[in-house]
Formats: sequence, structure tokens, C-alpha cells
Amino acid sequence: MNDFSKWKFTRREVLKLGAASAGALAAGSLPAAQITDGGRKPVNASVAMDVNGTPQNVTLDTRTTLLDALREHMHLTGTKKGCDHGQCGACTVIVDGRRINSCLTLAVMHQGAKVTTIEGLGTPTNLHPMQASFVKHDGYQCGYCTPGQICSAVAVLDEIRNDIPSHVSADLTVKAQFTTTELRERMSGNICRCGAYSNIVEAITEVAGSHA
Amino acid sequence: MKPFSYERATSPAAAAAAAARTEGAKFIAGGTNLLDLMKIGVEEPMHLIDLNGLALDTIEATSDGGLRIGALVRNTDLAADQRVRRDYGLLSRALLAGASGQLRNKATTAGNLLQRTRCPYFYDTNQPCNKRLPGSGCAAIGGSSRSLAVIGGSASCIAVQPSDMAVAMRVLDAVVETVRADGQTRRIPIADFHRLPGARPHVETVLERGELITGVTLPKPVGGMHIYHKVRDRASYAFALVSVAAIVQKDGSGRVALGGVAPKPWRDEAAEPYLPQGAKIFTAHLLANATPTGENAFKVVLAERTLHAVLAEAKGDAS
Amino acid sequence: MKFDTPATTNPIDRLKVVGQPLDRIDGPHKTTGTAHYAYEQHEAAPNHAYGYIVASSIPKGRIKGIDLTRARRAPGVLAIVTAQSAGKLGKGKFNTAALLGGPTIEHYHQAVALVVAETFEQARAAAALVKVDYARTSGAFDLRAAVASATKPKDEKADTAVGDFAGAYAGAEVTFEGRYTTPDHSHAMMEPHASIASWTGDKLTLWTSNQMIAWGAGDVATTLGVPKENVRLIAPYIGGGFGGKLFVRSDALLAALGARAARRAVAVTLPRPLIFNNTTHRPATIQRIRIGATKDGTITAIGHESWSGDLPGGKPETAVAQTRLLYAGANRMTAMRLAVLDLPEGNAMRAPGEASGLMALEIAMDEMADKLGMDPVEFRIRNDTQVDPENPERPFSQRQLVQCLRTGANRFDWNKRIIKPASTRDGRWLVGTGVAAAFRNNLTEKSGARVRLDARGRVTVETDMTDIGTGSYTIIAQTAAEMLGLPVDRIDVHLGDSSFPVSSGSGGQWGGNSSTAGVYAACVKLREAIAQKLGMNPDDAVFEDGNVRSGQRTESLTGVAKGGDIVAEDSMEYGDLGKRYQQSTFGAHFVEVGVDAATAEIRIRRMLAVCAAGRILNPKTARSQVIGAMTMGAGAALMEELVVDKRLGFFVNHDLAGYEVPVHADIPHQEVVFLDETDAMSSPMKAKGVGELGLCGVAAAIANAVHHATGVRVRDYPVTLDKLLGEMPSLG
Repeated sequence: MNDFSKWKFTRREVLKLGAASAGALAAGSLPAAQITDGGRKPVNASVAMDVNGTPQNVTLDTRTTLLDALREHMHLTGTKKGCDHGQCGACTVIVDGRRINSCLTLAVMHQGAKVTTIEGLGTPTNLHPMQASFVKHDGYQCGYCTPGQICSAVAVLDEIRNDIPSHVSADLTVKAQFTTTELRERMSGNICRCGAYSNIVEAITEVAGSHA
Repeated sequence: MKPFSYERATSPAAAAAAAARTEGAKFIAGGTNLLDLMKIGVEEPMHLIDLNGLALDTIEATSDGGLRIGALVRNTDLAADQRVRRDYGLLSRALLAGASGQLRNKATTAGNLLQRTRCPYFYDTNQPCNKRLPGSGCAAIGGSSRSLAVIGGSASCIAVQPSDMAVAMRVLDAVVETVRADGQTRRIPIADFHRLPGARPHVETVLERGELITGVTLPKPVGGMHIYHKVRDRASYAFALVSVAAIVQKDGSGRVALGGVAPKPWRDEAAEPYLPQGAKIFTAHLLANATPTGENAFKVVLAERTLHAVLAEAKGDAS
Repeated sequence: MKFDTPATTNPIDRLKVVGQPLDRIDGPHKTTGTAHYAYEQHEAAPNHAYGYIVASSIPKGRIKGIDLTRARRAPGVLAIVTAQSAGKLGKGKFNTAALLGGPTIEHYHQAVALVVAETFEQARAAAALVKVDYARTSGAFDLRAAVASATKPKDEKADTAVGDFAGAYAGAEVTFEGRYTTPDHSHAMMEPHASIASWTGDKLTLWTSNQMIAWGAGDVATTLGVPKENVRLIAPYIGGGFGGKLFVRSDALLAALGARAARRAVAVTLPRPLIFNNTTHRPATIQRIRIGATKDGTITAIGHESWSGDLPGGKPETAVAQTRLLYAGANRMTAMRLAVLDLPEGNAMRAPGEASGLMALEIAMDEMADKLGMDPVEFRIRNDTQVDPENPERPFSQRQLVQCLRTGANRFDWNKRIIKPASTRDGRWLVGTGVAAAFRNNLTEKSGARVRLDARGRVTVETDMTDIGTGSYTIIAQTAAEMLGLPVDRIDVHLGDSSFPVSSGSGGQWGGNSSTAGVYAACVKLREAIAQKLGMNPDDAVFEDGNVRSGQRTESLTGVAKGGDIVAEDSMEYGDLGKRYQQSTFGAHFVEVGVDAATAEIRIRRMLAVCAAGRILNPKTARSQVIGAMTMGAGAALMEELVVDKRLGFFVNHDLAGYEVPVHADIPHQEVVFLDETDAMSSPMKAKGVGELGLCGVAAAIANAVHHATGVRVRDYPVTLDKLLGEMPSLG
């Protein structure tokens, strides 16, 4: 029923096939099976950045994402790892005034950057207006996407103020507007599986209204 | 993810030379696609050349009335540029239809052109995929292919190029500018930039080893109605099932490229004279050689119906 | 405390705190990043190492050999765990497949090893160097193909029959038969499964993201073969579960094994691309529904059959459950059949059974209404029943389905609806509306709590109950505040720790009512202890405004415990009221959709849910539960599907780009109405579950709205544009 022979599932199988069909490819392909070392040594690099107003000088494995630098090295765990692949938005932070997915960028790429995380917006006793509005409108449930939603929301209001258009902007030649349709589109990179969307949009709308 | 060394590029030519010279080197700019793939072992660079310090992040007018877009211009900035919004609305629309606000803030113009396919078998290193592991076979053919190509694919690969921006650029006749490892520059028409898979689906563009995209130029504006219509199950933050990029002139003539249907933005200038005859006839020409799978045959119908809506919109008929 | 007679008036009925729409007490932490989830325990488990899971690349077969040479030599590696090195492992009571596979492989991405290293990056890189040789064997991955081999499941009420279904159906004036399919669904909670394990001697502490602390501690102990009292689970915050974290998963077990091997605390999280195949999912179903009725729309026969698959030893998706109770009809039957599939383990996801079952049943009701030429709201009302239709001696404790439907119809302007499909257009959109009934049983579970009044007059509640986004922290604080006559800011709530009294946990929408009832029981005891201490008669002591009053005497609660904390612990247990009365929750969903006339893209324009679910303990958090469930239902209706590769045996779209769940742009403003209701049969709280009710029926209401908009009936979920295109009106 299934013809599995048409497929090769590993590099080794492909190499084996290459050797068999080419007949003479002996030396080139065989060592793959014989490598016994533990791979390359990690490479470290230093990076300095400003995180929530505090200078951070860290030496990190080059493979460290900005997200893991924040969570595992600076212990700023407010920024969440939901997917680690830019597919959910839980890791959203504001870097040099723009929201990004901190999971899809390397820490070493942010020399001299100014990073704002959820911890930099407000504290439990001194909430940022967006944080307070999320509490008031119950714009969350489990809370895991919440820091990303809030960082994103704060940046979205700036994006609209700065006349960055969106997919739902009716006319590209007029200034971007604060509407719920705009907010829904612009917030769509932040997934909330608990489904607090309706409340989140109300929370952002209230803050937008007081600032518009 | 294997360990990699890291350097910050100092000039485009030096970056190209370093990339050609260094085994396993890759450029990184936005990183939104490369890091995604590195985390699951699809990409395994040994050395990263960070381009972000290069001064390739401006949009400038060209002497012939067009625009030159630096390779590092972020998707957000390109979409928000007043000249682009006014004269190349299609491009702005395509960019804004893609990804999320966060990703557009990072992703670059060059990186967007080089986005790799979202074929699920490409993304899973346990499965056969000729694009990822040449010679291993294509599990998508006969497998889950709803999102995959209906035209331009081969017996080796039916992956789709996922960029929205590239579809708009194809309609705009953009030209990709590069610098090669030897310091020579060249200009590649967007039509020639992406390769069809044939028997070598792992080779996706005509770029040579080390060759670096420095910018994209747009010819002077051609006027007309600019429409980018992206169709997807989810209302946002999703790749296209089908997208139609069109510039339609008052007389009904125009240019059209499709996204979501092929390994590259799908445009056929020879079909465009049929555009005034309507969506059905035009699509029949544009997709004449389509070989869809059972799961994605709907895309042929969808392309025609979407184009129908686009042409109606161009006529000012909202319904 | 035992609850075995209907509740009478009690302190909760004062509703000074309970029933109020209070902000969540954990809100300031969740919104500032100071709520620490399982993987975020740098203070409690400093200097922990990182584990990275190696998962099976085949769906079925066995491991011929594992070569760890390279991985062992990789930089930073501290330990590697495989089934071989782990020693004998038991299997948890709640697991079907082994959490650590090998040599037998039961499903794709089953964990086969854990690599522990100093850093996350090192562990991930070394995991890629583990070389596993597999022998792949063929398996069954196609439910449709496996239907013929499906068997009657054990231990379930697989078949039910009342009256003569076959005869009544054959003789009915109007009959309808429909076949429906629902795909496999993933919980896709935002926080991946994650755990940090730390051993002190033979005692294990496990910070983990889990809905059911006591079940989890038990299953960790069983799997490791250690006494349960040696295992402590801590889960103060859970980033969503939806059933996916009811049971211990591989992250928890492997963190424990990794920490033992590395002699160091170890953190393990499941990478997102692993979650879809490594963990559990809601199983796909094939359903057949037959309805017979008189011409006036009175159901005389109703039959519902469902086929689903699972690994050997697994369970069926109980998609027929609601059909036994939702509508009247003298002649009825249900049947479930279970096929063996070698896909990942099927298990509970939010509203297991009803969510899938109503996706089918409520389309069938719409189709039957069509056939009868009846309004679908009226057809449902016509067939209401106030008693268990299988056992008319047994009444519902409360049943306001009709009121839900009527209230919703009013609010939604249902009477303005044009019955004929494909009649309304708004620009490029074909517009339609749909309705469905919501139904989910109310379950009660034993639940305990400990409450402590301290010298400052503050009350601390401790229970191993979890807050998975449901609002447990807040409603528990409200309950204690109401019972003791205190403002909610005088209550501290500590949850999710197996050193606290065992609670109901969060599942099956029983958590809200059950856990607060447990707190109620403990508070009753605390009130007695306080009264006793003050020399008051507990029976006439009134706890109000921060004081306790008896006769002419009033004492402030601040100061009562100056000499030492006053502590009370109790749990609520249930008698047979759940057997004598059918306890269920009801609702009605109304949805308006637009379908793009050209592309057939579907976008939701309006959503309304009317719910009757007992006393609403906190209208703000309860409403959030319902809108969240409506959103999940929108996903089920329009996009969610784990795509099975029937040749290679795995869920193909195993990340959040491939498995689409709704985003902001998919969801309009949502309206929720709670009918005024208290259910004295459920508990002293008089509350019932609401967290799953909101999901039940939503998808069908959307599917029905799509049909109303276009005239095209889709019976295979998700309802996507490709299934509509072929029958959409031509564009001329």
C-alpha cells in the first residue's frame, strides 16, 4: 500500500543511496556514520543593551535568542515563550520603540539596543495604564499571552499615531485611524488561546480613547 | 542548533566575500525566517554574518522616476512609506497582508524575497523532502498538499513560495540588485530571481554563493488601480491560500500575478492581453498548465473567483 | 462536610462579594510579568540545568539502538536519559501511551531520550546528536479506513436504547439522516508543557504546568515507582490547559529523571513543534445522526452513533453523550465504536464528548428543521424535556434551555431572519445567521481546603486547586470573604501545591463550583472555631463587615487570632443528588457570519451566548470563560484541524503556523447573557460549571449560519472555503 522505498528519511540513507547508485562514491559518504566527536564548541560573544532602563552587559552563547537572554540570563521571565517560532506573539517586547518577537532574534544582534519588557511598563502597585485597563476589562485568562498582548498594544497605539497603515486601512493615502477593526488586525500577531480577544480590544480601546 | 561564529558585516562587498570564503556562512538580517529554521535543524549555518549595521535601510528616488529600496528596509517602513503608498499601493498592501506587526518590524526587503517555503514536510526533519535533503523524496506529493503548488512544481517538489511582497514586486517589474563575492554588482529582474524546482528544488534563486542582495528597484509608477487580494482561512496572520496582485488600468488592461499557487510569484505576460476578457478566460490562460493535487484543486477555482472580485473592485463595483 | 440534601439559605446567599464582577486578584501579577509559571522558578530552583527532549521520528515500531557517543561528548552535557537508562518505569493511571518510549514506539514524537546540559542551547544541540536507529512497522492512521474494524469499547456505556428506535424511525412522518465528521483538535494552550524538577534525597519537587495536582502527584509517583508522599507538585500559575494538562506529560517525567541523573535541578519544556504529536489531542469522530418526527416537529425517534480511534487501551470520544439528554423523543439509541489507531494518544479536550457531539447534532437539528419547514429555534423548543428522556422519573435539577433560546432570539432579532438561505447580501458578503443549543453536564467532585485566620485578621486559603485562567484565585477569595464577612482584599489565596488539601482540580467544568464548595466547607469549620474561641454559639454567630456578632455581642475578626492562628480544614463531598437529579448546564448560541461571495472566505460578524449555569460566582470571570469558549468554537468551526498523514502516521501541521487557531481579527465583539439561576442541588454555592458550556454548540451555530448565508451545507469540519466553492453561486 505504502511505497516507502521511494523515500529516504535520514541523511545517512540518502548518502547510502548515493553511494550505491553512483557506485564509486566510497570515501566521501562513509565518514558520516563514523563521526564520534561532540560537535563544535559554543561560541560566546558579549553584548551590551539597555533593558528597562538598566544597563545589561552579558556574555552569551551566540545561539541565545533575545527571549532566552531575557528569561534565562537576566531572569526577566515576564516575557513568555509560547512557540519560540514567531507564531504566537507571547514573546513580544519593544526594542528601540518597535515591537518585535524576541524569540526570532539573537541577543548578540542587539548591541546598544533599548529594550522594554512587560516589567519595564509597570509594577503590581504602579500599573501602566494599559496594564490597568487589561485588569479592568478582564483582558486575559491564563495570563500567559498577556505580557505580549500588553507590549504589543502599547506599541500598536504608537504605530497608529505614527501613521503606519495596516491591512484593513481603507485608504493608504489618509492617516491611520483608531478603530476596533484596526486594533483587531494589528493585534492579530498575539494569539490568546483562552480567547480574551473581545475584552482585550475593549481594554485597548479605552486606553486609546484617553490618549487619542 | 549547532554552534556558529558571528561577525558584523562592515560593507556589502566585504560581507559577500566573507560569505563565499567561510564554510557554512549565512547572512542574517531580520532573522525571522532563518532563526525559525535553525531552531528545528532545517538550516545549520556555522557562521552568521550580521548585516544590520550596513547602510542599506533607505528608500530613495531613482533618476528614472522609480524607487530604490535598500535591502535592509523593514517591511513596516516600506509599507508605510508615503511614496510607496501613493504610487505602489500594491506593494504596501501586499506587505501589510503578510505576517504580523511584530514580524514586519523585523523582516527586511531582501529577507522577504528569500523566505523559504512553509511546506510542512520541509519543516519536519524526520520526513522526506527534496528541498531540505536532496534525494530524499517528496512526501508532500500524495500527502498533505492543501496549501501547496498547483502550477510550476515538479515531480520532486510542489512547495509554494510564501512571500506576499514578492508577488507584488513581480507585478511591479522590480529588479533585484546584488553584489557578488568578487565585488561585481548585477541586476536581476524579479521574473528571473526565483527558480522553479525541477529536479533541484533546493536551489531556489539564481543567487550565487556569497552573493548579497543590496536593494530592489522599482521602475517608475505605471498608475492604474492597485489591488492585492489575499485569501486565507484565518482573517489575519496566515499564509495565502491564493493571492492576487493586480494593477488594472481604466481600459481594463493590466498586470496580474498570483501568490500561494506556485514555487514563485506566478505571472505570465503572455496571458495578460486576455485580462480585459475577464477572470475566467484570463485564469484559463494563466493556469493552463496547472497540475493540482486532489487537495488543492480548489485553488484553481479560487484564483479565478478572486480575480473576478479584483476586477470588479477595479471597476468600482464593490459587489 | 457532606452535601446530600438540597442547599438551603446560607451565608453565600448574601451575595455581598460572591456574585460580584470583581477584577481578578491575580490580575496585577499577570499583567506585569510577575506571575511565575512552571518554567520560571529561578528563585526557587536556582542554577538549574536544561533538558531537551529527543522524540521519535517514526509513528510505530521499535528502537533498534541508540548511539549516545556524540551527544555525551557534546559541550555542556551533564546527563542523558533513555528508557534503557531510566530503569523500570510504571505507567500513570491517566496515561495511555508511555511518556518515555523505547524500545517500543507507540506514536510519532513520543519522547525517547532527554539530554541534560548546562544551557538550553547546549542541550538542544546535543539532543540533535543522539542517533536513534528505528525499525518502522506499519500502523493504522486512517479513521475512515478503520471504521470497519472498530469495536464496542469496554468500561463505557457504549450502547444505549430506549423504546423502539428502528421501528419509530422507519414509521416516522418525516425523517432525516446525516453523517458528519470532526477532525482531531489540539489544545494549543499558550504555555507549552513545562516542568522543573529538583530532588532532595529521595524527595522530588516538581514545578509543573498541570491542571490536576493530586492526579499528577499520584501519576508521577506511580511512573517513577516512589511513594506518593515523596512527590511534591507546585503549579501556582498554569498558562492554559483545556484538558491538555489534566495528566502528567513527558516534560514532568523527564525533568524528574533528568534531575536524578544529573544530580541537579533540571528544567524541561516541550518545544512547540513537538506538542501536537507528543501530547494528547481531541480525537476525530465520524458521526451518524438519524431523527424521526411528526409533521409538526415532535421528535419520535433520535439516534446518534459515533466512531473514533485511539491507541490500544485508549478510550472513545463520547460524542453521543448529549443526545441522551438534550431532546425529548420516546424512541432513542446511541452507540459508540472505537477503532485502534496508531496516532498520538487521544484524550480529553475542553468539553470532551459534547463539544464534538454537538458539532454534529446541532447541524442535524438545523437540517431537520429545514426539512420540516420549521424555524430552528422553535423546533428545538418543541422538543424540550424537563426530565431525563431515558428515565422520566428523574427530573433535571434546573433546565432553562427554552428560556436561553427565547432570550437569545429576542436579543439577536431572530424574528427578522429570512428563513430561506442565501437571501441576504451586504456588499461582497453573503450574510446568514445560525443557532445552536449548548449543553454540558454539571459534575461535582470532592474538594478540600484549609483556611487560616491570623493575628492581623487576614484569612489565608490553601488548596491544591489550580487556576488555569478560569478565575479560581478570585472566586475562592470571594467565597472565603463572603463566608467570613470580610472584604476580598483581606483574603490571601494559595493554590496549586500538593502539600495543600486535595481539591477537585480544574477539569470537566467542575472546578469552579466544586473548589469553592470545598472552601465553603472549610470556612464553615473556621466560623465554628472562631465562635468557639469567642465563646459564641456557632449557630447564631453572624460574620459581617469584618466582625462576628452573636446576640448583643460584636467582636472584630482582627484580634481574634492574636494568641495564634485559627486553622480549619475540611472538604465537600457529595451524596446522590447528582443521581437523583440530572444536573446539566444549558445555553443557546446565536451567530451571524458573512461569506465572501467570490472567495467563500467566512468571517464572523456577531456572536451571542445565553447561558443558564446556576449561580454565577463572578460575572466578569465567568463571562470571560464563555467568550473564550466561543472563540475556541469559532476555531473548531472554521479552521482547526490536525491534518493526518495517513501514510507516514503523524499530525502534519504541528506548529502554530500550521495549526491555525483564531486570532484577534477573527473575533467580533461577543455578547454573553447569564440567566438568573441558582441550583440548590449542585452545592451550597448553588453554582454549576460554565467553562465548557460556552464551547458546546458554537461550531454548529457557525456552520448553520454559513448554510443560511450560502445555501451550502458542509458536514465535515472545519467549514473552510474549499468545501463551499464548488456550490457557491456563479459570479456571472
